[in-house]
Amino acid sequence: MTAAIEAIHLHYAYGEYPVLKDISFLVDREDFFIVIGPNGSGKTTLLKLIAAILTGQQGTLRLLGKPVQRYSRSEMAKTIALVPQVTTVDFPFSVTEMVLMGRSPHLGILGMERRADLEIAREAMAFTDVLYLADRKVGSLSGGELQRVSIARAICQQPRILLLDEPTAALDLGHQIKVMDLMEKLGEETRLTIVMVSHDVNLAAMYANRLLLLKKGEIVSQGSPDEVLTYPNLEAAYDCPLLVDQSPLGGFQRVTQVPRKLITECQAHHSKAQGS
Amino acid sequence: MTRTSPQLLRRLLRVSLLLSALFIAAVFLGICMGSTHINVSQVFKSLMEGSEKNAMVHTILWHIRLPRVLLAALVGAALSAGGLVFQALLRNPLAEPYILGISSGSGIGAILGILAGLSRFPGVSLSAFAGSMATLLLLLFMSSGESMLRRHTLLLSGVMINAFCGALIMFLISITHDARLHNIIFWLMGDLSLSDMHNVWVVAAILLPSCILIFFLSNAMNLLLMGREVAHTMGIHITMVTSILLVVTSLMVSITVSQCGPVGFVGLVMPHLMRLIFGPDHRVLVPACILGGGTYMILCDLLARTLPDQGEMPAGVITAMIGAPLFIILLKRSRP
Repeated sequence: MTAAIEAIHLHYAYGEYPVLKDISFLVDREDFFIVIGPNGSGKTTLLKLIAAILTGQQGTLRLLGKPVQRYSRSEMAKTIALVPQVTTVDFPFSVTEMVLMGRSPHLGILGMERRADLEIAREAMAFTDVLYLADRKVGSLSGGELQRVSIARAICQQPRILLLDEPTAALDLGHQIKVMDLMEKLGEETRLTIVMVSHDVNLAAMYANRLLLLKKGEIVSQGSPDEVLTYPNLEAAYDCPLLVDQSPLGGFQRVTQVPRKLITECQAHHSKAQGS
Repeated sequence: MTRTSPQLLRRLLRVSLLLSALFIAAVFLGICMGSTHINVSQVFKSLMEGSEKNAMVHTILWHIRLPRVLLAALVGAALSAGGLVFQALLRNPLAEPYILGISSGSGIGAILGILAGLSRFPGVSLSAFAGSMATLLLLLFMSSGESMLRRHTLLLSGVMINAFCGALIMFLISITHDARLHNIIFWLMGDLSLSDMHNVWVVAAILLPSCILIFFLSNAMNLLLMGREVAHTMGIHITMVTSILLVVTSLMVSITVSQCGPVGFVGLVMPHLMRLIFGPDHRVLVPACILGGGTYMILCDLLARTLPDQGEMPAGVITAMIGAPLFIILLKRSRP
């Protein structure tokens, strides 16, 4: 079976300025694949290339065995769905209306939805636990609710590959876990391939089965969370003092940031101990 | 059951039927009422008997009032649909059909036409149309290619064109001292009083195909409001949809303005009114704005020509005087 996403020697530049350099990786079907890396590492650009929002890359990028540039718009819309980092809706659409828009690629030019489409939308809303918000205006929702509606919209699109751009970045601890649990359940139940860009290495460690660590457009490391989330890799990527150990929950790596003042204190303590 | 559902088609029909009924009633009212008193039975008689029995009544009804009512309907429909499209395209609820400078360009064209001593039709309307097309080309040139997709580029280009043309209009007015000044001012206020069937055909010929095209792109407008990246991943060709909507709407607004001057406010308030009443789904809003805008404009024009004891006021005065309070009331009531 062909891989869900196959990138071989992928290069991309915004004008003169290279953003991705020689990126090669594979995402297997049904993977929960998370791309991590510091700001400006090219994570979001990579996601936009996969979604064919950006074009003009060098190298090969195949989705389900077929090069991205060979996809028609409507084929693409049935293959991938995107959950953006933030959804801003300035017009008073209801939650149901917004989720139903996800059916659009499967319908005619006016997007006239049939009864079956409403059923799919309701299932998607039930799945992300927003059915009770069905008649609420999108603009009146909290960040966590809106993110779940946005995910329901993407699920409703029934893609083969789901792309998410930092879906937990603006959420509190509880909603972060809720969204990640949802993604895990979604992967298990629908056998969807999930590709997520994230800043949260700890969440990535707990949920992803494969990770890709980028820095300045280059791959620092890829593989299982245990292989990628090592001290040397993370220090090389993030360029800051970190502590990497096992999570007390067991079974996965935990990354802790270390504030500068603790390091100075530590150094002072160390030199005092040496002096005496 | 939630509001959008497989019954979208039924909802569309219900809204269209309701507004069509109002529209027909407004057309009828617009024909029956006016400065010369003609009662309903005379109207029907004239409709049945033709011009033989009472030529004067026949002329008033079918050569003066009917074209005016139809033109008002077309202007209202074009401006409302135009406002709706620009609000969606710019993702800005404050957008209106004149926001991109089309009316100002038209204004310059019209003023130059008036100063050159052209007749109102077709001279001034042609020069006005040329002016608005020039602004559209300038706008497309300023925001062509990739930058059109950055939504503020288009908006800012429009604001700049408006500012520049506004200054030019002021300049032209300031150097005009004779009777032509009155013509200029009246043109700028929006004026439906000089309409005949010829204008109606010209506007209708552009308007009807444009409206159909806009209706077919109404679902794309919904998706555009989800943000351009999400719209893209839902299969929308953003550059193509944006360009088509921009050009078609501009053309529609240009032809309207060139015939009647920039009638104000209806293009801003009608999309909002319709959205408050029928919700934000453009597949319903496009027909609602076309029918509702037409109805509203007929009624405003009717008031404009019947309220004053002598003469008439510009229709643009009425559209704003009724529309603004109505809008505020609905806005207050719609708050959750």
